[in-house]
Amino acid sequence: MQTETKATVDKSVGASGQPVTILRFIGDISSTSREAVLGTYERLPEVDRARILLDFSKVEYINSSGIALIIQMLLEASKSGQIIRAFGLTPHFQKVFTMVGITRYTSIFADEATAKASF
Amino acid sequence: MVLAKNATVEVRLPSRLGFEKVAMGTAASVARLMGFSEDRVEDLKTAIAEACINAMEHGNKFDESLPVGVVLTMSDTSLEVKVVDKGPGPDHPIPLPDIDRKMHGDEPPRGLGMFLIQSLVDEVEWVRGAANGGSYMRLVIRLDKAATGQSEQIRNADGN
Repeated sequence: MQTETKATVDKSVGASGQPVTILRFIGDISSTSREAVLGTYERLPEVDRARILLDFSKVEYINSSGIALIIQMLLEASKSGQIIRAFGLTPHFQKVFTMVGITRYTSIFADEATAKASF
Repeated sequence: MVLAKNATVEVRLPSRLGFEKVAMGTAASVARLMGFSEDRVEDLKTAIAEACINAMEHGNKFDESLPVGVVLTMSDTSLEVKVVDKGPGPDHPIPLPDIDRKMHGDEPPRGLGMFLIQSLVDEVEWVRGAANGGSYMRLVIRLDKAATGQSEQIRNADGN
C-alpha cells in the first residue's frame, strides 16, 4: 500500500567548485523508508558526505516517521560537521518542515540550481 | 454538486501502515467538494494521515483485525473528522516535541504526529470511552480559517 522509497546518488559541484553529493528520493518517505533514507546516507563514503543535497522533488508523501528519519540524518551529519541542504519540497512540506523546526538546522531551496549554488 | 447539510462519509481501514492514504484521498475529495483551498486540503491530508497512523499504532497496536474508522461530517462552515480506534486513548497530555533536544540526541526523533495535527487543523479533541469501547480523535477544519484563528489547544474529554 505504501509506495516504496527509492534513493539514488548523484555527484555534482557547488558554486565554490567543491563536490556536492545529491541524494534523490522517489516515492513516500515514512517509517518503511529507513533503509532508503538512512541506509543510503550511511553507505556514502566519508569523502562524499561533506556537502549533501536532499532532492524531494519526486516525493509526494512524507509523514512524521519520515520526518524523524530526516532529523536523524541531520543529527548524524551535525556530529561530523557535514552540511545537508534540501530542495524540491512542495510548499506544504516546506511549511511542515518549518513548523517542526527542521529549517533551523538545514536550508531548504526551491530548486536544484539554487540549492547547488548555495555551496 | 449540491452537498446535503451534515452529510457524512465513512471509511474503515485495516490497522496497516499505508492505508492512511485511503483516508487522505477520501478526505481530500470531500474537502474539495466543500470548497476548501488546496493548501487547506494539504493540511487536512497530513493531519488525517497522522491521526490514522496514531490510531493504528497506539490504539489498535497494529492488529489488522481491528479497524480504524474515519467519519467525515460536513457542515456549512466546517468539516469534522473522527478517527476511531479500539484503544483507550491517552491518559495524559502528549508532550510537545522539542527540535533542539531531538537534534542533540536528548529526545527521540519520533513523536511529531500529534504536534502536526494540532498545528494544521482548527480544533483537536481526544474523546475517551467512546460507545464502541474505544476512543476517537476529533478534528475540525473550518472553511474560513482567517475568521476563526489558529489551532486550538488539544483537550481531553470524556465521551459517551
